[in-house]
Amino acid sequence: MAIETISLSGRKKQVSHKEMSFLERMYLIAIFKGLWITLKHLFTRKVTIQYPEQVREMSPVYRGQHQLKRDEQGRENCTACGLCALSCPAEAITMKAAERKADEKHLYREEKYAEIYEINMLRCIFCGLCEEACPKDAIYLTTSKLLVASSYEREDFIYGKDKLVMPLDVAMQNTQLKNAN
Amino acid sequence: MDSAFIIEKSIVILVVFAITMVMAMYSTLAERKVAAWLQDRIGPNRAGKGGILQPLADGLKLFAKEEFEPNTPNLFLFYTGPAIAMSTALMTSAVIPWGDKIHVFGRDVILQATDIDVALLYVFGVISLGVYGIMIGGWASNNKFSLIGAVRAASQMVSYEVAMGLSIIALLMMTGTLSLREIAAQQSGMNWNVFYQPLSFFIFLICAFAETNRTPFDLAECETELIGGYHTEYSSMKMGFYLFAEYANMFISSTILAVLFFGAYNYPGMQWVVENWGVNIGNVIGIGVLFSKICFFIFFYMWVRWTIPRFRYDQLMHLGWRILIPLSILNIIITGVVMLRSEIAVFLGF
Repeated sequence: MAIETISLSGRKKQVSHKEMSFLERMYLIAIFKGLWITLKHLFTRKVTIQYPEQVREMSPVYRGQHQLKRDEQGRENCTACGLCALSCPAEAITMKAAERKADEKHLYREEKYAEIYEINMLRCIFCGLCEEACPKDAIYLTTSKLLVASSYEREDFIYGKDKLVMPLDVAMQNTQLKNAN
Repeated sequence: MDSAFIIEKSIVILVVFAITMVMAMYSTLAERKVAAWLQDRIGPNRAGKGGILQPLADGLKLFAKEEFEPNTPNLFLFYTGPAIAMSTALMTSAVIPWGDKIHVFGRDVILQATDIDVALLYVFGVISLGVYGIMIGGWASNNKFSLIGAVRAASQMVSYEVAMGLSIIALLMMTGTLSLREIAAQQSGMNWNVFYQPLSFFIFLICAFAETNRTPFDLAECETELIGGYHTEYSSMKMGFYLFAEYANMFISSTILAVLFFGAYNYPGMQWVVENWGVNIGNVIGIGVLFSKICFFIFFYMWVRWTIPRFRYDQLMHLGWRILIPLSILNIIITGVVMLRSEIAVFLGF
């Protein structure tokens, strides 16, 4: 088979440069064909999702905003190993590790924790590789539909621990639910 | 002239004016709805049930918007432009026969604001005055793009006016009158002119699209080339007037198409209805029939708008001058030959 005739999609067509006939040059038939096509669309099902009443169903693999998890006792999982930052193709994650003090055992699970943990939301591509790389089940991409709030300041898009870490009361609630079950 | 006549005409004029306004108003909603339906969407549906109050909301928004004036030396003309466009769009409806006649209080009320003998000429004259609205608007905007848009629109309208006038001549040769009322009356039964003059109808239809500045001939407003065209500098209700004039024009040209070619208020069996059920019922149905024809043409305008892309300017001029005008002249010749076939046969000695 010659290379010109190979068509992977099966839709390849040779372009023809033939002169249009008189009927074709009048364009009338083409115009009526077009009118017929649009008329058929008048009666087809509408695809509109009427937002406040209907909500679009998200794909099961949808990935929303990140969250740094806490365990059952409300301690942060993250040990600042840096694997998420390493796996991040967009290099959006930066962190700074610190050592846990003796009186902070109720706050951090491991002896090392992330003092600063920042994700630059302007760079993040929500690929989910950080989630896969994490050995401590600390970072997750939630199904939250709230992605990134708009702002005029670049600094506002760098999300620190204040926005990323799961709130303590949510962790408490989760634990209670777990115990109840 | 008795007072009853004046009252009767005043009522007719008021009703016609109101109907034109309401039709133009709801054409804006219909346009958006039809566009949505043809594109598998639903369209405006928030203001009122099914979006029925949308035109009111749009109007309110236009009135409440900030008035903006460019730094133009001709502020008077700047304000006159939309006014001319609007008034010419509304003037044409005066000569259109909306129905035959209605019998009330022992009087025959003719459903037409005024029945002048040169109604068709009047319509053409007023329509061509609409160019002034666009041209003055574009000129007074003190903006090069507006001026180019206005010149383009004006030359387009002038060009198509010629083809339109020529296309109608064949029809006039057949009907032998310029009075719209008589043309309408001649089409009683199913003697619609479109069956006798299909080519004339077709040319007239294309020219009507061009005259109302509707797609595919809406070169007056070309976002990519001319920002917005002749109304770039207009804001709030002045802009609204231009858009409104377009919809009013659309309504009027649909009406003229229906009256000239599609039998106006006539429908099959009208004679029978008038004889058996009375003049009033027969003619009220006639008005309904005329309006359904008009609505079909308005829908057709929108249907074409959302199907066919815009022409290029040279294609537009080519179509107007080198195709439509020769075609309409050919149509005149054919009509003449058919009308005078017996005389020609005698002349040639058959």
